[in-house]
Amino acid sequence: MPAEIRRKTPEDYLRECQAEEEATASQKQGHLKIFLGYASGVGKSYRMLDEARRRRERGQDVVVGAMQSQVPEEVEPLLRKLQVVPLKVINGGTAVDVEALILRHPAVCIIDGLAYDNPPGSRNPTRWQDVKDLLEAGINVVASINIQYIDELRERVEAITGKHVDQIVPLSFIQSADEVEIVDAPPEAPMERSADEQVEIRKREDRLSKLRELALVVTADIVDHQLSDYLERHAIKQHFGAHERILVCITPRANLQEMMEIAQITARRFHGDLIVAYVKQASISPEDQSALDARLAIANAAGAHIEILEGSDPAEAILAFARSRGITQLFVGHSQRTGFARLKGSPLDKLIWEGHGIDVCVFPQ
Amino acid sequence: MSDQPRGKLKIFMGYAAGVGKTYKMLEEAQDLKASGVDIVVGYFEPHGRKETIAKTEGLEMVPRKNVQYRDSIFEEMDTDAILARHPRVCVVDEFPHTNVPGSERDKRWEDVEVLLAAGIDVLTTMNIQHLESLNDHIWQISGIRVRETIPDWVVQQADDVVMVDLTPRALLNRLQRGVVYERQKAELALQNFFREQTLVALRELALRQAAHEVEHRLVDDQAPLQPSDGALAVPRKHHKILVLITADPKTAMVIRRAKRVSDFLGAECFAVSVQPTGDLSGLPAADREAVERHLNFARNLHIETRILEGDDVASTLVDFGRRNQVTQIFLTRPHRKAWSPVLSRDPAQRVLGLAKDMLIVIVSDREPVSQ
Repeated sequence: MPAEIRRKTPEDYLRECQAEEEATASQKQGHLKIFLGYASGVGKSYRMLDEARRRRERGQDVVVGAMQSQVPEEVEPLLRKLQVVPLKVINGGTAVDVEALILRHPAVCIIDGLAYDNPPGSRNPTRWQDVKDLLEAGINVVASINIQYIDELRERVEAITGKHVDQIVPLSFIQSADEVEIVDAPPEAPMERSADEQVEIRKREDRLSKLRELALVVTADIVDHQLSDYLERHAIKQHFGAHERILVCITPRANLQEMMEIAQITARRFHGDLIVAYVKQASISPEDQSALDARLAIANAAGAHIEILEGSDPAEAILAFARSRGITQLFVGHSQRTGFARLKGSPLDKLIWEGHGIDVCVFPQ
Repeated sequence: MSDQPRGKLKIFMGYAAGVGKTYKMLEEAQDLKASGVDIVVGYFEPHGRKETIAKTEGLEMVPRKNVQYRDSIFEEMDTDAILARHPRVCVVDEFPHTNVPGSERDKRWEDVEVLLAAGIDVLTTMNIQHLESLNDHIWQISGIRVRETIPDWVVQQADDVVMVDLTPRALLNRLQRGVVYERQKAELALQNFFREQTLVALRELALRQAAHEVEHRLVDDQAPLQPSDGALAVPRKHHKILVLITADPKTAMVIRRAKRVSDFLGAECFAVSVQPTGDLSGLPAADREAVERHLNFARNLHIETRILEGDDVASTLVDFGRRNQVTQIFLTRPHRKAWSPVLSRDPAQRVLGLAKDMLIVIVSDREPVSQ
């Protein structure tokens, strides 16, 4: 219950956290932690092995199940201190030796490069499936991956890099991890070069920055997903507004073109979500219906997701939906306000008054 | 010294005490030193953390300055001593720190400005909580009004903002194992940042801000992230945002929100107060003080301000907006009492009635999530 939670002391939280940890530990399924990077060389291997070192110092049994053959200089001393279960050679290729690892059964296993495909004849076609087996065997796994290799991001990454990648991991697997941490670093600035090379360097930096931005947004989305889960599990109805979510309300007279333009640029700049909705009305004149249809066509053409809401009180229907989705910005048209609507107070008044934590953006009609 | 190129600023951004910002910064400092860069530590807060203290080994420390305030001696960064030493790079922990009264400058970020102006590169740390434009969001998430804030432009002009990430679970583990020192623990607890969901929300906010900082610095800013869902190719439109400043305490919130939106949209932003006399002389003392404070606040965030002359706030504001091709007007939510649909005297209500040809944004109050 919300009221109870408020009174908890830090010690309570620590106890809870500990209890949860223990519950996790006693379960059969291993705990998966993934370090996410936007390019090779940002320091994922280092972070992963540094974590391995810390865990070992805490007395955990850590082994390395897969590490790239050429490791950066600063990674080597960390690697030397850890037991390595070598990759298995199959049909001239290599794969994680899942059987050996399950037999050895460490508390924690380090797996670099989640996206590798295994050679034909292996236990699983891909390395991330090997990791699933390790987790199922109750081994905790610390792994790393570059965003390039996440299936759902492939198109966007290819648009940035112009390169096609074959080896992929589904986003759902990344989301299923107990913990995902981003390894962030600015693209490394190379030494001074000639003017021609400078242009190339500039372009490369640009590409890397776009990948970096994407990695940060993807991580934020994963975190958002976890937050929603948490709120749902604890039956907390409110939202935190950490993610901008725009709701565009369509009415027959709305200037949807302008609303959509601003909504799209706002959503894009804030890396936010955009939803379009309209409230179904029982009695609607043929003129209004065709006006509404024209606007729905605009929203459709813009690729927007359209929600159809129902309710006798349109403002109430919009508010209920907005609250349930954690909307932070509501786009509506100016009130027409004639006759009795003026005396009653318009639906707009209600939106402004009752939309707590929701900015109301009132557009010309 | 005036023809010195400005130093570069790099900010290590986190979402809570204990995520490892200082550690990461010192790691980089060690790397720089190893590659022969002349680097000193201008300010470091050890907090009794062994691993972090170990990372300062071999780094030159510029001694702190003693500042007397009332009956106590406080230690602050010695900016003059750093200037005299003039290293290539200086490490400055806790960017949002407020200096003890009597110091030359109020804020540490102002000291850092001085170092940058002298051509010294600076590495520094901060948490997302301290970004001015997010103050109301932080309040919503944690129920805490953070007092030590940094104007967004200070962060925007940094050459790089690096996200120092750690999962809340790992952070709570660190607390549990006592890796995070007592003061930090107390700080977190005190600030209600202890709840897992609060930490998760702050982390999300920090990640999104870091993504924005990257996008903001992209050379080719035309098409930041191509939307994958075949969205309209949006032509670049120039946005101009106008904020009404009144004595209403909610004005600060509207200024923050307007500034944040204009920064994200690449819009211009200005703020005006409307007074019959064209200055603040006609106002009762309390109101004058409030309006002045809000105007100052806007200026500190690099928003251009003006006092307009007019008897009718709403029509003066709307006229000014039309004359200056304003595309959006930001207003506080009206007081409920004044919210009579007919004959309202509330500016927000009247602006909505007068400017049906403009985009009007009513900024909602953000109340802490009860949990």
